Amino acid sequence: MKINPDKCVACGNCTYVCPMGAIYIDPAVRRATINQAECVECYACFNGLSQEHLNPTFVRTVRRLFQMARIRFEPEPDVCPTAAFEPNKLDWPRVVRRAFSDPRVPHESTGVHGRGTEEVKTNDVSGRVKAGEVGFTIEFGRPGVGVWFRDIQKMCLALARAGVAFEKKNPVTSLMSDLATGTIREDILNEKVLSAIVEIKVPVERTEEVIRLVWEIEKQIDTVIALGVGARCDEKGEDNQVAPILEKLGYKLERAKTNIGLGRITNQPQVTNVGRTPRSAADALVGSSGRERQ
Amino acid sequence: MTNTLHRFGSAESFHDDYVVFAIASKGRNDEGALDKLRQFLQLAIQFKPVNLGDAIHGGALRPSRHVTPLSHWNRDATPDFAAVIQGLDAPTTVAAVFDNRVSAGDFVAAVRQADLGLSINISTSIDGAEQCCFAAGIPRHSVGYSLGFEGETTKLPDAKVMLLSTMCGHGMVSHNLAKKMIDWVKEGRRTPEQAASYLTRFCSCGVFNPARAARLLAQAARGE
Repeated sequence: MKINPDKCVACGNCTYVCPMGAIYIDPAVRRATINQAECVECYACFNGLSQEHLNPTFVRTVRRLFQMARIRFEPEPDVCPTAAFEPNKLDWPRVVRRAFSDPRVPHESTGVHGRGTEEVKTNDVSGRVKAGEVGFTIEFGRPGVGVWFRDIQKMCLALARAGVAFEKKNPVTSLMSDLATGTIREDILNEKVLSAIVEIKVPVERTEEVIRLVWEIEKQIDTVIALGVGARCDEKGEDNQVAPILEKLGYKLERAKTNIGLGRITNQPQVTNVGRTPRSAADALVGSSGRERQ
Repeated sequence: MTNTLHRFGSAESFHDDYVVFAIASKGRNDEGALDKLRQFLQLAIQFKPVNLGDAIHGGALRPSRHVTPLSHWNRDATPDFAAVIQGLDAPTTVAAVFDNRVSAGDFVAAVRQADLGLSINISTSIDGAEQCCFAAGIPRHSVGYSLGFEGETTKLPDAKVMLLSTMCGHGMVSHNLAKKMIDWVKEGRRTPEQAASYLTRFCSCGVFNPARAARLLAQAARGE
């Protein structure tokens, strides 16, 4: 993302809306400026701010006059008065930032918008987490802190050493160069994203072991982690297996996502698609089907 | 999409926060899902949701590419549910947000009756979801628990900010904007409802709850 300096009037509205706090008014140039190292290409500024299309010279003049008279004009806080934000073309590996940060962009590896995961919310048709199993979503960087892939890799390496299998239909898994060791491809380790989710599944008996492992590794990671734990309920809709383990470990269970089991498989069986034209790595990650509101 | 799972707050604080969403699974039931997703949203309207949305185009209150200078004095903050339904053009996750359990439960019962064949989830307090299921006569199939936030939590803002900003799990509602809105309401520069509408526009999939946000902003302004 970039800010057109010819349009920016340094109103400061955008400095508050950036989830990473990466936008600031540079006193040297008196324009809003993006710290590109911290920007995760989430497009919250471009997509979230409404746009006016005022003449920049006019707005600067009015702002200067008001400033001299110590008058505070209180415009709407979610408007860019001159539509100064301009997306720029993202090349590999920076494009990874957008794929994991802008929820409007679907992950090609899963076809899912947002963070690209289905977890237990389609468990009634996918059967991903069966009775006696536990599905973990380990989300890094959420809320509003962000994470570098090098930190995500620390957890992946530890999980792999513990013999845990990664969910194959997952955007982070798709970026691993070695699934067996949990190694993430080297060229993206220094990319920062708003958040990313590692998904694993283990037998119920390993629930405590995995959580204790996460506790140990998260001390070495410079961000926050949001843990989600998915379980299959019994025929009465009860979960008497996983919840007691979590409570024993000290978690107070307040909120959950509940799949109520109304889904069913309705697609016709598919013919295998052969001879598909391969695409570039960036296309494969972000997907040509990615859409955004302009 | 864990975007509704990790909302910050106690179970009690979700008494006015029920997100019901429908999703088609790629390769399993996504063929012909578009009409069913539209039907889900259409059905929701009669139960008076506080927000509707889809994961591609956003919620019922969206930013505009062409606001006029007059909007600084006369901004329309009416949710446009019809635009959400009409704008849906591809299978994705769609959501309806309610500010009370009765409406959410009645909606779930109506969705069951409609037999859409899509996966339906309720995201709220564990007890609230159980009550919705009980009212609709549906046993829970699966449950995804939020264990909250851990790790380097010193990087997180205070609880009042988190209550607001985590209502967009994709992180599109920044902590700084949430804090600014609390301050503006505290100073009397905006009403809680106006401040909530600004935050709502940043949510890119329509799961932000403006009713809960307005309540939280009013409470934060009073120092509660």
